[in-house]
Amino acid sequence: MWKRFRTNIGAMIGVGILLAVILIALCAPLIYPHGPWQMVQRPFLPPMSVDGLPLGTDTLGRNVAAQLAYGAQVSLLVGLVSTIVALLIGVPLGAVAGFYGNWVDEGAMRFTEFFQTIPNFALAIVLVAIFEPSLASITLAIAIVSWPPVARLVRAEVMSVRKREFVDAARLAGLSRPKILMTQVLPNTVSPIIVMASLMVATAILLESSLSFLGLGDPNAMSWGYMIGAARTVIRTSWWLSFFPGIAIVLTVLALNLIGEGLNDALNPHLSRKGRA
Amino acid sequence: MTQPALSIENLSIGLPEGADRDFAVQNLSFAIEKGKILCVVGESGSGKSMTANALMGLLPPGVTVKGGKAVFEGQDVLTLPETEKQAMRGERMAMIFQEPMTALNPLMRIGDQIAEVFAAHNRLTAPERRKRALALIQEVGLPDPEKIIRAYPFQLSGGQRQRAMIAMALALEPKLLIADEPTTALDVTTQAQILKLILDLREQHGMAVMFITHDFGVVAEIADQVIVMQEGKMVESGAAQEVLVTPKHPYTQRLLDAIPTGKLPAARALGTVPALEIKSLRKTYRTGGGLFKPVREVHAVDNVSLSVARGEVLGLVGESGSGKSTLGRTAVRLVTPDSGQVLVGGVDIAALSEEELRKERHKVQMVFQDPYASLNPRQKIISAITGGPITRGIPRDKAEARARELLEVVGLGADAANRYPHEFSGGQRQRIGIARALAMDPELIVADEAVSALDVSIQAQVLDLLRDLRSRLDLSILFITHDLRVAAQLCDRIAVMQKGKLVEIGTVHEIFQSPKQAYTRQLLAAVPGADWQRDAVATA
Repeated sequence: MWKRFRTNIGAMIGVGILLAVILIALCAPLIYPHGPWQMVQRPFLPPMSVDGLPLGTDTLGRNVAAQLAYGAQVSLLVGLVSTIVALLIGVPLGAVAGFYGNWVDEGAMRFTEFFQTIPNFALAIVLVAIFEPSLASITLAIAIVSWPPVARLVRAEVMSVRKREFVDAARLAGLSRPKILMTQVLPNTVSPIIVMASLMVATAILLESSLSFLGLGDPNAMSWGYMIGAARTVIRTSWWLSFFPGIAIVLTVLALNLIGEGLNDALNPHLSRKGRA
Repeated sequence: MTQPALSIENLSIGLPEGADRDFAVQNLSFAIEKGKILCVVGESGSGKSMTANALMGLLPPGVTVKGGKAVFEGQDVLTLPETEKQAMRGERMAMIFQEPMTALNPLMRIGDQIAEVFAAHNRLTAPERRKRALALIQEVGLPDPEKIIRAYPFQLSGGQRQRAMIAMALALEPKLLIADEPTTALDVTTQAQILKLILDLREQHGMAVMFITHDFGVVAEIADQVIVMQEGKMVESGAAQEVLVTPKHPYTQRLLDAIPTGKLPAARALGTVPALEIKSLRKTYRTGGGLFKPVREVHAVDNVSLSVARGEVLGLVGESGSGKSTLGRTAVRLVTPDSGQVLVGGVDIAALSEEELRKERHKVQMVFQDPYASLNPRQKIISAITGGPITRGIPRDKAEARARELLEVVGLGADAANRYPHEFSGGQRQRIGIARALAMDPELIVADEAVSALDVSIQAQVLDLLRDLRSRLDLSILFITHDLRVAAQLCDRIAVMQKGKLVEIGTVHEIFQSPKQAYTRQLLAAVPGADWQRDAVATA
């Protein structure tokens, strides 16, 4: 599987970009020990105009490069944690619904549909507005709006796996139903879940950026969305303030999508596109 | 000798890199004369289907023709440009497939699908197409053509679908019909009808038929010429009689020897203690049914009573839909019956609660049909086998030691334990399935079509293993199969089921030599190559 993944050039580029972003996020406190909020120079310095400020300064004279690095921390953290939380809600719910069927399935799916009927982003805004904006509430809000597709995917996978003969064999071996679900069925649904998770991290980063852009971000955390939101009034005079965080979002999301696609091809070789034998 | 309808010279088909061999087919040469049936015989992976696909231009991506010629009506079909191939397909060369359900478009009415063949070749007007479709449906012996023409594939039975496929193939009166295992997915009686249909049509249309099969019984029924393929090479060819009676190549001889013969083993003395007793068992499936629709009821098992004595192998024979699998699954309580008793060692497992049942599960075990679906691909062999015993409370090291021992018993060797299922072939997986069943020390093993998915030679090996285990371990087996020849080899008694009812039950000798019921006689007569086997036994 790893071998197939490695031969996928797109996926390897994705891994490269993502590793770079992670490295920058981890090293942010070392490179910019004063944090992203400190004013270091005159405001509105264009990129490369002053030594040590390769990306210029913002409306308050803060270092854009430092903001980007710290923003990477927030984006990655929110993306990762919210995806994990979404998986923690979606996987058990979908698995139980698919495995037990009948009224369990009905109940779980109606519950899921309840969340699916409300537009994702609107729900996220409402949730963040109710709990006041903080990293934890944003993460939770994103998780709450993004688990329904997980539940549906897991349910469908479980439903197809549980009809296989080895599940019958496990029943004959006297294994209890929960144990069959855990040891026989779920391990066979892992690959699509992994693929979906990698794409969900990307969506979560976008969602977080959008929330911050609207001013619903954590006021104590620097994030890419917040940077773009703050810079939108001066976009015609100081393009770099919205351009660099925008590029950062595009690259990170692209990287995650490339990885997701690569994982998909590697884990489901029979579904992968032809000609990459 | 007339000019052959198709002649193939030195055909080689290359497989993509990384395949288990370089060529799917190597240096194959043969010819089919007009109005003759040529059977291409071989086990799975012998390249017989690839040959057919190459002729039709249907090779999968990565697989290419590496050399040779296939002359059909004066042209080399392998080098024709795609547009000409397209014109040729259906019109002069047609093909029918193994699985008629997947070969037909599920969303299109049968009549439209046949008419589409004419439309694709710009023949006739719409009303004429419909008329021809009706005539074709009639010709292939489908009942009630007016109704069939409006039916969707899922409304037809397997045999009817195959007839519809044949009607499509015949639409433009092709000179060559390629049939790729067209009867493998069908019941014996249906198979016999389809074979007869192909023979009749050959007679009327004078077309050449290339018939791909793995079953020498079918060969004996219809072939004029036979070629035997092994790993992409032709190992023997000749007139059907010659190949069947005096095979020259050792591989052909091996294949012929592996065929379950109608020869009956000597009867064994049977015990009287029952391992399994089934008493007036019923299971009805209800489907559909809404406000205005009546519920459709299928009596899968209808008041069946039978018993399997300790140490006995009872064969349960029937066609698809006869309820034999449902009966097997109720015996292990994968299906809960509506009424009746399933007594295993005196306990009625049909009446137990889920919790009690789990403690009794080990008493009846099952060997499944599909060796690829019955093992969890993400679980090592050892945990597949020890899962049950450990749940029963046997200590892990003891269970593992026993599992290794059982792997030896089924002929795999203890080192198979730490590998994953994908490293094994179909026959080996079936052995693992048997070891898994044995690990529970069951009173009874239900083998549901356990050898049906295997090649004949592998089938023979697994049957040998079961026979060996039967005598060594004094096993009781409920052996479910659609193949009477297989049942004859292993079973002490045979029960025949039809439409959920038990038609006849008796010792193998009674069933084969003096069947009492008409249906049993019908089944026996439908076994392909029945006459040939009688000859073979007589001459031997």
